Amino acid sequence: MQNNKSLDFWVGLFVLLGAGAFVFLALRVGNMSSMSLSDSYTVSAKFDNIGGLKPRAPIKSAGVVVGRIGDITFDDHTFQAIVSMQMDARYKFPKDSSAKILTSGLLGEQYIGIEAGGDVNLLASGDKIKMTQSAIVLENLISQFLFSKAAEGKDDAK
Amino acid sequence: MIYRLISQLGQSVRNWLEELGLAIRTLIAILLAGLGLWRRPRLVTTQIHFIGNYSLVIILVSGLFVGFVLAYQGYYTLNRYGSESALGLLVALSLARELGPVVTALLFAGRAGTSLTAEIGLMKAGEQLAAMEMMAVNPLQRVLAPRFIAGLIAMPILAALFTAMGVFGGYLVGVQLIGVDEGSFWSQMQGGVDLWEDIGNGIIKSIVFGFAATFIAIYQGYQAQPTPEGVSRATTRTVVLSSLMVLWLDFVLTALMFK
Amino acid sequence: MNYNVGLPKTPPAVTNLVEINNLHFSYGTRPILTDLTMQFPRNKVIAVMGGSGSGKTTILRLIGGLIAPNAGQISLLGETIAKANSDALYQQRRKMGMLFQHGALFTDLTVFENVAFPLREHTDLPESLLHDMVLLKLNAVGLRNAAQLKPSEISGGMARRVALARAIALDPQLIMYDEPFAGLDPISMGVTANLIRELNDALGSTAILVSHDVNESFAIADYVYFLSQGAIVAQGTPSEMLASEHPYVQQFVNAKPDGPVPFHYPGNTFAQDLGLGGKA
Repeated sequence: MQNNKSLDFWVGLFVLLGAGAFVFLALRVGNMSSMSLSDSYTVSAKFDNIGGLKPRAPIKSAGVVVGRIGDITFDDHTFQAIVSMQMDARYKFPKDSSAKILTSGLLGEQYIGIEAGGDVNLLASGDKIKMTQSAIVLENLISQFLFSKAAEGKDDAK
Repeated sequence: MIYRLISQLGQSVRNWLEELGLAIRTLIAILLAGLGLWRRPRLVTTQIHFIGNYSLVIILVSGLFVGFVLAYQGYYTLNRYGSESALGLLVALSLARELGPVVTALLFAGRAGTSLTAEIGLMKAGEQLAAMEMMAVNPLQRVLAPRFIAGLIAMPILAALFTAMGVFGGYLVGVQLIGVDEGSFWSQMQGGVDLWEDIGNGIIKSIVFGFAATFIAIYQGYQAQPTPEGVSRATTRTVVLSSLMVLWLDFVLTALMFK
Repeated sequence: MNYNVGLPKTPPAVTNLVEINNLHFSYGTRPILTDLTMQFPRNKVIAVMGGSGSGKTTILRLIGGLIAPNAGQISLLGETIAKANSDALYQQRRKMGMLFQHGALFTDLTVFENVAFPLREHTDLPESLLHDMVLLKLNAVGLRNAAQLKPSEISGGMARRVALARAIALDPQLIMYDEPFAGLDPISMGVTANLIRELNDALGSTAILVSHDVNESFAIADYVYFLSQGAIVAQGTPSEMLASEHPYVQQFVNAKPDGPVPFHYPGNTFAQDLGLGGKA
């Protein structure tokens, strides 16, 4: 029977190696190093249509990731989507900043883009972003295009 | 003639159901016996050593080589569409989601599974289990449950090690050998691999595989005929059953997890 | 002539440690033991003898609760042997020790650890006391100096002695021996027989000895049961058995090749097989 001390050592080493592998995977392979560890403040915004926006999608301003989407819920009084956003504490935005839902690439994943406003006061935790632009829904775009084409046609006919 | 065929079919289904029932009952008995083991952790740690540490070499080396191959093959295909910079993402996702848990489980079944089956089968053949029973010690608690829990603990650790080695192997071939840009290798990977969705689900898979593969190995040993042929047949059955079970579970879990 | 001694004779006086009454046991559809009635009185060495396949080892397994009878009753100290996997059975097993045919030592433990096993599992003795007790048991079987060896490093006879030390580790009231002499050289056989008798007397326990070795068993047994095909054909003290005129006992004790247990496997006669078409 193996010496108890040495056996404990090897098992401990094994578990330690495993833990090391987990940490490596979490930090270097996964996306944990971005966001969850730094301080953040929460801001919310309402949208008519969030399209394909998912929790944990990035929030970018000038192309830089400045936060992550938290929860997405539905307000059944105003019938709008309420998106809660975790903003990186290092970056402060004016109170009148606007939030748009944009798509990365042509058909990529959707994210929120923040355009800074000009207000002197800054957004604090719990504040709401007032100016929002919903996601562009492809079907609406197409029907809009068809409708405007039809209207054009009618004008020409007149 | 048809009547006989059908009644034989019914008979085999009944036999199969009885065997399944016995297996489930044994599983429950092992789990219950395992609950009392927290008072005797040394039994479990000894087994973790035999199951986990002794599998380290094969897992680490295999992981490394799988990473190498993934990088080679991945580069070849991605290059056609000009997306070589996504190589890191390809390697990491394949490993974390599928190859890590599945290949580790298959290697585990082959190395640790067969050794478990043979050990328990030989103990049964040498009447050691009966002797233990006669000494008023429950062999399920003393022999089977520690090995089961050890397998359950060791498997996710081995899978994580496999995946980590694979990513490292992919890095070695992709960046060092082929020359893909190091920065985009890691950043694309980190951008695309989600901690919970990909890595977390992979770990869940490996725990489920560990449950299945370890139980099958232990059960086959426990039920083996106490003769040399019986034990050898049991070890073969362990490898075949575990492998099939792992692959089938992988299909089910993938369908459930990755929509 | 009626060789059967009629009602089973209960050996002189003492109460019985184990009693078997009208026991039936079948393996599937094959009957192994039929209508068995036996008594095993305290402080005696009782031998159960018979050819291979007569059901001797099955009796030990039934007493130990490893298998359950189809009909009939077995009791230990007045209590029926409990069902498998029950706490009651485990309590009863603490009063028993069993020596398996090839020792059944735990191959991954040393000799010392093997004997210490039941002590570690069932008692809370401090390590120093446990150490001394194990050495005591090993000393009783003459293997104290082999304590650090592994089962693979000792001979078969020595392994059986270690198993004996393990079986008596908790000073049980009943010790069962399954073919303890099988495959041993004459010296080891003598040693083992001696140990069985002396330990039994020293511990005040009861020993059930399943064997087909006539010389050694008769030398140490107080009472003998002869089994053939699952039923008792004769019983008595060794001297009574030697003097018995029962054909099966005669064939067994005198090692005659042919008798109630036939030499030829049953079937056609040789003449029929050779096609000589004669009478059977």
